[in-house]
Amino acid sequence: MNTSAAATPEPTTAETAFERPNYLNAVYGVRSWLLTRDHKRIAILYLISVTIFFALGSLMAALVRLELLTPEGDLMGPDTYNRVFTMHGIIMVFFFLIPAIPAVLGNFLVPLMIGAKDLAMPKLNLASWYVYNIGAAFTLWAIFNGGVDTGWTFYTPFSTNYSNTYVVSTALGIFITGFSTIFTGLNFIVTIHRMRAPGLTWFRLPLFIWSTYATSLIVVLGTPVIAITLLLVGAERLLHLGVFDPKLGGDPVLFQHLFWFYSHPAVYIMILPAMGVISELVAAFARKRVFGYKFVAFASVGIAVLGFLVWGHHMFVAGESVYAATIFSVLSMLVAVPSAIKVFNWTATLYEGSISYETPMLYALGFIGLFTIGGLTGVMLATLGIDVHVHDTYFIVAHFHYIMVGGTIMAYLGGLHYWWPKISGKLYPNFLSRLSALLVFVGFNLTFAPQFVLGYLGMPRRYWSYPPEFQVLNVLSTAGASILGVGYMLPLFYFIWSMRYGRKSGDNPWGAVGLEWDTTSPPPTENFYTMPVVTQGPYEYNREEVHNRLTQEAPLG
Amino acid sequence: MNPQLPLFPESASALSGEVDLLFSIWCVISVFFSALIAGLILYFMTRYRRRHPEDVGANERAAIWLEVGWSVIPLAIMLAMFAWGTRVFFRIYRPPKDAVQFSAIGKQWMWKVQHPGGQREINTLHVPVNQPIRVTLASEDVIHSFYIPAFRVKQDAVPGRETSIWFQATKPGTYHLFCAEYCGTEHSRMIGWVIVMEPQDYENWLAGGATGKSMVASGAELFQSLACVTCHRAGNAGDTGRVARGPALEGLYNRQVKLADGRTIIADDNYIRESILTPTAKIVAGWEPVMPTFQGQVSEEQLTELIAYIRSLGPAGSAPAGGGQP
Repeated sequence: MNTSAAATPEPTTAETAFERPNYLNAVYGVRSWLLTRDHKRIAILYLISVTIFFALGSLMAALVRLELLTPEGDLMGPDTYNRVFTMHGIIMVFFFLIPAIPAVLGNFLVPLMIGAKDLAMPKLNLASWYVYNIGAAFTLWAIFNGGVDTGWTFYTPFSTNYSNTYVVSTALGIFITGFSTIFTGLNFIVTIHRMRAPGLTWFRLPLFIWSTYATSLIVVLGTPVIAITLLLVGAERLLHLGVFDPKLGGDPVLFQHLFWFYSHPAVYIMILPAMGVISELVAAFARKRVFGYKFVAFASVGIAVLGFLVWGHHMFVAGESVYAATIFSVLSMLVAVPSAIKVFNWTATLYEGSISYETPMLYALGFIGLFTIGGLTGVMLATLGIDVHVHDTYFIVAHFHYIMVGGTIMAYLGGLHYWWPKISGKLYPNFLSRLSALLVFVGFNLTFAPQFVLGYLGMPRRYWSYPPEFQVLNVLSTAGASILGVGYMLPLFYFIWSMRYGRKSGDNPWGAVGLEWDTTSPPPTENFYTMPVVTQGPYEYNREEVHNRLTQEAPLG
Repeated sequence: MNPQLPLFPESASALSGEVDLLFSIWCVISVFFSALIAGLILYFMTRYRRRHPEDVGANERAAIWLEVGWSVIPLAIMLAMFAWGTRVFFRIYRPPKDAVQFSAIGKQWMWKVQHPGGQREINTLHVPVNQPIRVTLASEDVIHSFYIPAFRVKQDAVPGRETSIWFQATKPGTYHLFCAEYCGTEHSRMIGWVIVMEPQDYENWLAGGATGKSMVASGAELFQSLACVTCHRAGNAGDTGRVARGPALEGLYNRQVKLADGRTIIADDNYIRESILTPTAKIVAGWEPVMPTFQGQVSEEQLTELIAYIRSLGPAGSAPAGGGQP
C-alpha cells in the first residue's frame, strides 16, 4: 500500500533502525509481557500458547498414526486410542486451528495493516488471551485426569449418558475458550470499522483484512450456538435434563443440528483467514495487484453468509429427511463457488507477475494445490449419492485434513514466514525453510492422499483396529506423517534460532507494499512514527518504489 | 478383496455400479481442474519468474468475462452433478415394493439381526442374491451406523427412531459389515459379515438354523399379550357390539392419516413407533387420546416385531399377510 510522502518513516539505514526502541525491547520483564496491552505482544503470547497446543495435538496425531501402522490394536487399548483421537481433534480444532491465524497473525497485523496504533479495545484483547488459557486449562485438566472419549463432535446420547470420561470439564473448557474467540472477533470488527487510517476506504483494504472481517462475523454470530449446545450437553449429563437422549425424551439428531450449525461455519473460521493470508502472499511474491480484488473480497463475505446454510450436509445418513438432504446438498455446492473464484483469481494473479520463490511463496503455492483438492473432494461429498458411501470413512478424514491442515496450517506457516521479519526483525535460514515447505507438502500428501483411497474402499473412521487388507495404505499414511512431522519441527527450531542468531532483516526484506511494511521491523510500540495517509489500493507495485525499498534496506540473501 | 492395491471396493449391489460411475466422473472432473490449476501455476512460475530483484508484475487487466466464466462453469458442472447425485440418492432411499423386511438393532457393540422368518444372528447377515432387502434399523443405546461398503449403502441407527436401508445384492460372496458411527470402546469391533447366497443355499441355511417364530408372528403375539387388540380391533365395533376405542390398524401402513390437529401424515415405521411409545404425540382425527404409553415396556426388538406385524396387516377384513416367507 502506498502512502503519501509524509507517511513514510524517515529514511534510515538498517543499523539505525534497530537503535530505535521497538515493541520487543521498549520495556523488559515478565510483567511487561503478561500485562501488556500491545496487540503485537499479545500476538506473541498467543503464538506461544497455540504452538504448545499444536505440539500437543501433533503428539496425539503421531500416536494415532503409530497405532494404525498395524491392523490389530496393539500399541494401546481401545479406550486409550479413543481418548487420543478425541484429544487430537479437540485440541487441534478449538485450541489451535480456530485461534491460530486470527489470534496470532490477525492480532499482529490488523492494526498495522489499517494504520492504527492498536486494536480498538486493547484490554479486551489481553483478556481474550487469559480467557483462552483458562479454558485451555480446564481441557488440559481433563486430559491429565484421564481424558475424554466422545470424539471432538460430542455426539449424543453417547456424550451425555454413555461416556464415562471427563466430558463436562472438556466442554466447559471449550465453552470458556469460545469467549476469547468472540472477544477477538468483536475487537476486529470494531477496529476495522472505526480505526482505519485516513484515506483507507473499504476497497483499499488488504484482502487479509476482508477475510478477517468476514471471519469475525462468523465468530460473533456462530460461537454462542456451540456454547449453548455444550451447556445443554452438560445439563443433560449432570441434571438428566432430557434434551438429546431419547430415553429422557430428547432427540439425538437435534444435537447434530445445533453442533453443526456452529461447527460447519467454524470450518470457515479456520479457512477464511488462511485465504486472506494467501492473497497477501501471492500479491507480494508476484509483485502484482490481486486479480479480481473485489471478487476475492466479496467471495469472503459470500462464504461467511452461505457457510451458515449448509450444516445439514453432515447428517445425510443420520435420518434427515431426503428433501432436507437435497436442499443442503445444493447449498453446499453453492458455497464452493466463492472458493473456486478465489483459487482462479490467485492463479490469474501469477499471470504476468514477477514471481520469486521465497519460502512464504512456496507455502502459498502449496496451499493453492492442497486447498483445490480439499475443495473438490468437498463438492464430491456434497453429492448425495457419493456421501452415503463415504460418510464417516477415511474419505472424510482425508478431505477435511486437506482443508484444515493442507489449507489452514500451510497458510499459517506461510504467513509466519512472510511476517517473521516484521515480527522479529530477523531472517531465518533460506535453505532450511524452503526444505520445510517441501517436506510439509510432500509429507502431507503422502499422509492424506492414501486416506482418500482407504475411505472409498470403506474403512470407517475412528477405528482402533481394522481389517488387514487396509494395512498397506495405512503404512503409507504413517510414513507420510513422519515426514510431515519433520517438516513441522524445522520452523520451530529455526524461528527460535533466528531470534538470537538470525541476520537482521531490515524493514522490508521482500520489497513488499502494504501499510505494515511502511514502518520499521520490528515496529515501535505505537506502530507508526507518523500517522499514515492512504492514497491508493493495497497492491500497487511500481518498479521505482521497489527499487527504493530494496536499496534502503538490507537486501535478502 | 484383492491382495493387490485396489482403488475401488468390491461392487456387489444393484446400485453400487452407478455410485462408482458417479464417483469416477467426479474424479475425472477433479483431476481435470486440479491439473489445470497445477499446470497453470507451474507454467506461470517458470514463464514469469522474477529475473531482476527490482522487477514488478504487470498491471492487472481486469476481465469480467473471466470472473463470470470461472463462476458459472463450475456452478453448472456442480448443478449437473447435484442432479445426478440426488437421483442416485433417492434410489438408495426408496426401497422397491417387493423388498423383504429384515431388522437390525445396534447395541454397544454388536448388530442383532433378525430375518423375516424369525431367525436371529449377531454380526452376520445371510441374504439371498438378487432379492431386494430392506433392513429396518434401530438402536438400544447410542447412535450406530449400518454400513456395507460393497453395496455402497450406509444408514445411521438412531436411538428413539426407526430408520431403514435397502439393497439388492448381485453377487454371492462375503462382504464387510461395519459400524460407521463412533459408538464407544469397541466401535472398531462392531463389525461383521454380510453373506450373500444363492436362493437355494439361503433356504438350506434357514432350515439349518434354529427356527423361531417369524417376526410377524411374534408381533401378532405381542399384539395380543400387550392387549393392543382390545382397542385396535378390526372393524370399529367388535363382537361385543361395543365401539372400539382405537382405530383399526388394517391397511394403515404407508397410508395417509388425518390427525386431530388437522395435519395429514404418512403412517410409516417412525409414526407407528412413536404412536406406541408416545401415543399422545399424533392423535388420529376422531379419536380420544386414551392410549397409555408403552415406553419402557417393549424392547427395541419387540417394537420391530410389532411394527412388522402392523406392516403385514392387509386391508380390513383380510388375514395378516406376509407371514414367514424369507
